[in-house]
Amino acid sequence: MSGRENILARIRAHAAAGEDEPARAARVEAHLGAHARGTVPARGQQDKAGRIALLRQILEGQSASVRELDALGAVPAEIADYLRRHNLAPRLGMGDDAALAGLDWGGANLELRHGRANAELESACSMAFAAVAESGTLVLTSGPDNPTSLNFMPDNHIIVLRADQVMGSYEDGWDALRAAFADGPPRTVNYVSGPSRTGDIEQTILLGAHGPRRLHVIIVK
Amino acid sequence: MTDQPATSGSRPRIGLFVTCLADLFRPSVAFAAVKLLEDAGCDIEVPPGQTCCGQPAYNSGDDASAKRLARAVIDAFEGFDHVVAPSGSCAGMIRVHYPKLLGGDAAYARRAEQLAAKTHELTSFLTDVMGVGAIAGRLERAAAYHDSCAGLRELGVRAQPRQLLGGIEGLELRELAEPDACCGFGGTFSVKYPDISGAIADEKAEQITQTGAPLVLGGDLGCLMNIAGRLKRRGSRVEVRHVAEVLAGDLDTPPIGEGD
Amino acid sequence: MHADTRHFRQAAGKALIDGQLQKALGNVKRGFIAKRAKARDALPEFDRLRDEARDIKIHTLAHLDLYLSRFEDKVKAAGGQVHWAETEAEAREAVLEICRAAGAKTVTKGKSMITEEIGLNAFLEQSELKVVETDLGEYLVQIRGETPSHIIAPAVHLNKEQIEHDFRERHKDLPPERQLSDPVQLVAEARQVLRQAFISADVGITGANFLIAETGQTVIVTNEGNGDLTQTLPKVHIVMASIEKAVPTLEDASTLIRVLARSATGQEISTYTTFSAGPRREGDPDGPQEFHVVLLDNGRSSVLGGPFQDMLRCIRCGACLNHCPIYQHVGGHAYGSVYPGPMGSVLTPLLQGVQEAAHLPYACTLCGRCEAVCPERIALPDMLRRWRARDFAAKPPLAGAKPALKLWAALAACPRAYQLVTGAAIRLLALLGGRKGRIGRLPLMGAWTKHRDLPAPQGQSFLAQWKAGRRK
Repeated sequence: MSGRENILARIRAHAAAGEDEPARAARVEAHLGAHARGTVPARGQQDKAGRIALLRQILEGQSASVRELDALGAVPAEIADYLRRHNLAPRLGMGDDAALAGLDWGGANLELRHGRANAELESACSMAFAAVAESGTLVLTSGPDNPTSLNFMPDNHIIVLRADQVMGSYEDGWDALRAAFADGPPRTVNYVSGPSRTGDIEQTILLGAHGPRRLHVIIVK
Repeated sequence: MTDQPATSGSRPRIGLFVTCLADLFRPSVAFAAVKLLEDAGCDIEVPPGQTCCGQPAYNSGDDASAKRLARAVIDAFEGFDHVVAPSGSCAGMIRVHYPKLLGGDAAYARRAEQLAAKTHELTSFLTDVMGVGAIAGRLERAAAYHDSCAGLRELGVRAQPRQLLGGIEGLELRELAEPDACCGFGGTFSVKYPDISGAIADEKAEQITQTGAPLVLGGDLGCLMNIAGRLKRRGSRVEVRHVAEVLAGDLDTPPIGEGD
Repeated sequence: MHADTRHFRQAAGKALIDGQLQKALGNVKRGFIAKRAKARDALPEFDRLRDEARDIKIHTLAHLDLYLSRFEDKVKAAGGQVHWAETEAEAREAVLEICRAAGAKTVTKGKSMITEEIGLNAFLEQSELKVVETDLGEYLVQIRGETPSHIIAPAVHLNKEQIEHDFRERHKDLPPERQLSDPVQLVAEARQVLRQAFISADVGITGANFLIAETGQTVIVTNEGNGDLTQTLPKVHIVMASIEKAVPTLEDASTLIRVLARSATGQEISTYTTFSAGPRREGDPDGPQEFHVVLLDNGRSSVLGGPFQDMLRCIRCGACLNHCPIYQHVGGHAYGSVYPGPMGSVLTPLLQGVQEAAHLPYACTLCGRCEAVCPERIALPDMLRRWRARDFAAKPPLAGAKPALKLWAALAACPRAYQLVTGAAIRLLALLGGRKGRIGRLPLMGAWTKHRDLPAPQGQSFLAQWKAGRRK
């Protein structure tokens, strides 16, 4: 028998001795199919404005900055302004996200660099798939639209999010993901809940351990 | 079987589980318990053959001895309306651990459950079963309170002694920096790893000192002897007493670890 | 790795008088305990979520074979590979084989206690691979040649002065006059040094907090983002996970995520939680070309169905370490085990055998604070008692405290003898206590009186006085 068979046989023998195998299998299928939710914290169960306010409050508490804009078209100017405020070069990495691609970056005097991150990239912009208000979390999905390396390599990460994608709970986020990716989840789903940090030196929280030192979130109404 | 609140006209019969430490080291705690229970309207009996609840054996892995002692306690105490002990850890042993210990004992499993259901730590019995609110008295002192681990976490004893002490005029209770931290006693742990136990006890003594209170109270003699022992070794003048003594108005007995 | 737990007493003694260590351990209390309490108070549903977290694990363990099979199917469907390892050695070999097939020279690692358990770093280094830990705490202990002293805060035993010293020793190519006294500077230097490692690594190894059966996703949580750089940049990603990490659905994972960070660091959620399914897909501009999951058993399947099964619910949050009075005073290294503190004292005898770890279940006051904070409500004190019972039964009659315990129990079982003997003893002790009411040194009780006085008995037992008619 292979290691696999040995391990599975031992589990069956110890965890389920004498149990009815078809019944066990049926319980597992039922559980996997039900997607039953446990307790969902009430804090995220609010109307849209409440969810956005909670998301913003928690993110800011985690040292991210948040800006709300009325239209997607205002994003390039906001990013240009953000980079200027932080004394950063007007260069921006991003993927092929269609919503971002349609914006007038040249008009904001921003130089774009498409594709995955490299060591020199200082700032990057991603489009979020969704956000979860209950924990101040942005949900990012991998792919050519928004390469995963952009989320972690640059010092400055700017995430653009549509206000109607702010969910109350993780579970709402998973339902949205299942609806958008019928064949199963993308290779990587990143929950991002603030800039990178470490507490490994005397339990003091310091930002910018390996990932971005700054996280700027733009919520578009 | 569950506890019945005291009904007018019939005084509940209480079997006092003295605990070996109160019996041998500090009888004043047991006398205080008797007074508090009588004042609350109980009839007290003290089964004469009682010794130890078996906790040292149980916590040391000597389950055979623990079972033997547990059966003896059940035999001696199952006839009472309630069993009360001036200790959270001994009451917890009976209430929480006897049913587990004797779960496989055909003759005793059910009896262990029944005894467990009617066994109480003293202060929680007074408040939760007898409905005592606060106990009147007078003591112009500040006091810190140490919540012993077994009482706190096995039995949920925290508010009860504070509620009873609320009636003592002039007494100001001060909370420790870490009220839910262990004092380092741990029964046989204290002699198996004396250095670690001593360091933990020292931290507890430090936190007691930080309150500035000249008195520390608690509900478990094991912890109190450990705390008093460490305080005295540090040269501290802080007095250590069992909460029952203060509630019963017994302040003539010298504090734990001090002479006349 | 087989650590030495037999010298716990000596190691603990040293730890207690190590000023640097004691200072560093103070951070555990100031940090973790207060933050967890705050996070718990901020979420009214927290205790209900703990119940549900426990129930999810109970259900999963009862059907673990089925959930692992489903997980494997889903990983394969996403283009990944699953390797089953019954033993530490098989897991090490599986990793080495993947590295060799990839022609790897350098390996970066995210934080993984399983790789500590199987001694992976030393093994890979023997095989001529360069291994770089990338979690800052793990990197610190790696360059010191140490092991983690805490399961989520590996370098909690270190102070910033020690770290500055180590960086100056290790990073010789950086200007010696640079400023490193501020932790911000230390973090910046680690970032700079490790960034090179991330970019040049051939293989990235991470652990897994959860394996999701429904989707075949592996999940890691980090705050630094090191795990993500570890798994995104190299061409091969290896996930090392033990079999009990399986969770049925994303909904179940959501419940566990809600209790994990709150219990561990007091965060609502860790900064980064990453769900990974298979290798780079067509059109992906980044991500690994190979995705491997090594599933480690190492004795766990035999723990199922037995008295220690509940230990497999552990989600490695570290709350029991943080709240343990013993851990707080001696730190993690004294235990001599990969897994220190209460969870380690239950788990280590299961993994290493009880002979190797016999001391550990006694390194506990049974105060119960660990169980009170455990997000999985594992009855750790009960399980430590269970180990003690096994050890007691296995010990020869005259070993250690056994004769004394047996004598006490025999005496307590015989009330008349008990009263006679204890009556004499307390009269003697009362005499020794004299007018001070306490005893400073006592033959046979040296362990008690080493750091404490013994309060003297009042003189006559309560039962004797009661029998004589005294009523108050």
